[in-house]
Amino acid sequence: MNGLEAFLLTVIAAATPLLLAAIGELVVERSGVLNLGVEGMMATGAIVAFAVALGTGSPLLGALAGAVAGAVVALPFVFLTQLLAANQVASGLALALFGLGLSGLIGEGFVGQPGVRLARLDIPGLSDLPLIGPVLFGHDVLVYLSFFMTAAVAWFLFRTRAGLVLRAVGMNHHAAHALGHPVRLVRTLAILFGGLMAGLAGAYLSVSYTPQWVEDMTAGRGWIALALVVFATWRPLRVLAGAYLFGAVWILGLHAQAAGYGLPPQFLSALPYLATIVALVLISRNRILTLMNTPAMIGQPFMPDR
Amino acid sequence: MMSMITLERRPAPSRLWSLGAPLLALALAVALSGVLFAALGHPPLRALYVYFVEPLTSWWSLEELAVKATPLLLIGAGLALAYRANVWNIGAEGQLIMGAIAGSAVPILWPDWNNPLAMAAMLALGALGGAAWAAIPAFLKNRFNTNEILTSLMLVYVAGLFLDWLVRGPWRDPMGFNFPKSVAFEGWHVLPTLSGRVHLGFVLALLAIFGLWLMLSHMRFGFAVRVQGVSPRAARFSGFSASAITMRVMLISGALAGLAGIGEVAGTIGHLQPAISPGYGFAAIIVAVLGRLSPWGVLAAAFLLALTYLGGESAQLALNMPAKVSQALQGMLLFLILGADVLVNYRITWRSGRDEKREEAE
Repeated sequence: MNGLEAFLLTVIAAATPLLLAAIGELVVERSGVLNLGVEGMMATGAIVAFAVALGTGSPLLGALAGAVAGAVVALPFVFLTQLLAANQVASGLALALFGLGLSGLIGEGFVGQPGVRLARLDIPGLSDLPLIGPVLFGHDVLVYLSFFMTAAVAWFLFRTRAGLVLRAVGMNHHAAHALGHPVRLVRTLAILFGGLMAGLAGAYLSVSYTPQWVEDMTAGRGWIALALVVFATWRPLRVLAGAYLFGAVWILGLHAQAAGYGLPPQFLSALPYLATIVALVLISRNRILTLMNTPAMIGQPFMPDR
Repeated sequence: MMSMITLERRPAPSRLWSLGAPLLALALAVALSGVLFAALGHPPLRALYVYFVEPLTSWWSLEELAVKATPLLLIGAGLALAYRANVWNIGAEGQLIMGAIAGSAVPILWPDWNNPLAMAAMLALGALGGAAWAAIPAFLKNRFNTNEILTSLMLVYVAGLFLDWLVRGPWRDPMGFNFPKSVAFEGWHVLPTLSGRVHLGFVLALLAIFGLWLMLSHMRFGFAVRVQGVSPRAARFSGFSASAITMRVMLISGALAGLAGIGEVAGTIGHLQPAISPGYGFAAIIVAVLGRLSPWGVLAAAFLLALTYLGGESAQLALNMPAKVSQALQGMLLFLILGADVLVNYRITWRSGRDEKREEAE
């Protein structure tokens, strides 16, 4: 394996959790809901996936359980924001704090235990091709799933009737309600989908990226995924591009650390967070671009009038 | 239609529930904690006693409560002001760290300047450091329309890494056996204590609460903040500048978080180290919301959240409970407050499918 191959492989690994979580949050925000709890759902998904993988010996089952856990931990958020019309920013923060606390609590007994790694899907022949072989083939199922889900979400949002309804709900919930669309049901399903994807992103961290459990192992990836959605102006393919850009930044930091360059490792570790801020500035300064794409109802509670 | 809960908006916010909702949330939180403790394999009543009551039964632990409430009061007061203006500063943890770093420059870089003035300089630098760190998201929001929630949070990680670098690198105690910590602060570089470990920061924290009250109820700026929060349009028509308000509430909340940071380092810990706060900056978000963004509410809520930290410690010692319990409880508490708060503005009615049909028939 040469240097370029190794670099590309690690970029894919770093981008996958960001992509999974951001694609989920994109659907949530397109429906007009801002769920800031991605980090918490991700952390819960990571520990549940780790524990189930360890217990059953099946990392695939673990990943599945992690996804479900992400959705389950989002239920209080659904209840608060959809049934009680509570403030979404505060509810999302509560979800982030709660999920991080809960994951630490569940994970207490799992610290330092060796995990089970998700198998790579090696395709004999294809995986052995130089450069493209390892880069395109031989990843685990979650990497392919992240691509598949990106395409599926793009198709769903812009090519199906249900996707149109979801976007309509996010653009104007009063109009959508008046047309007879179940605003709160659509949003509930969107939030649960976001939970599944964030849970899966967490699962990727604990059964594939680094198969172990470390407290706060999500390291802000949930927040970066939130920024990615803004950066991508709520478009799935741009989320894909953004996730890989951020994955590359993450890995460049790690590589630069290994190479030295005399820079302290902490500075390079700060790179993804600083890059996130820069990316947000670049995209937000263009007010027209942002206004044109932002779901108009984002963060606003909806309460059907009676 | 199936039966469902519906909410009717009250003509005016309920006074009963604006007091009752936090109490209801608290009661539910205690009940759910009992369930959580039982799930963790502890006898729930004993665990609840150890967690919530025992810390209140001795003078020593009451002092500890004040020690832990100090940063929560300072940060909570600042966040309450910011949230009133609808400015979501959630990076107080990072501002706390930068305040601690800036204030620690005095004892670490000029160890010989050891007099009351040096202490005042530490506090001032602490506030400045926090304010400067908070100014970044405020500037980016005003200038580039950047979401302050995400930028202020990203800066928490950056601040944490910066502190880590300092205490492992240039600011490490050369005589410290390679431990990642700075020299120990001595003399006037340590905040004077009032009783036990309660230090000067506690007085400053109470002053901050008083200042918040003064600002919100007696000052033009506090009024502008409230108008901005309730109706940005009305604020604009009244001639209040949204960006000036954003910058000022961020500076104030950042300064208070920075003060909390230097208070922790110079008052409680006594030196700089990689981890200086068990998430006070995040817990203070709960303090502000639970306290209903009001000075007296923040005062009460800060002590309650301090109790969750202290109870967590005593449960860790007495029952060997994992340390993360307090964070999970804090998140749960915030969920419950937000839920209970609905009762202030809405009346909950349960309508069955039959009611709905009857109404349609009418």
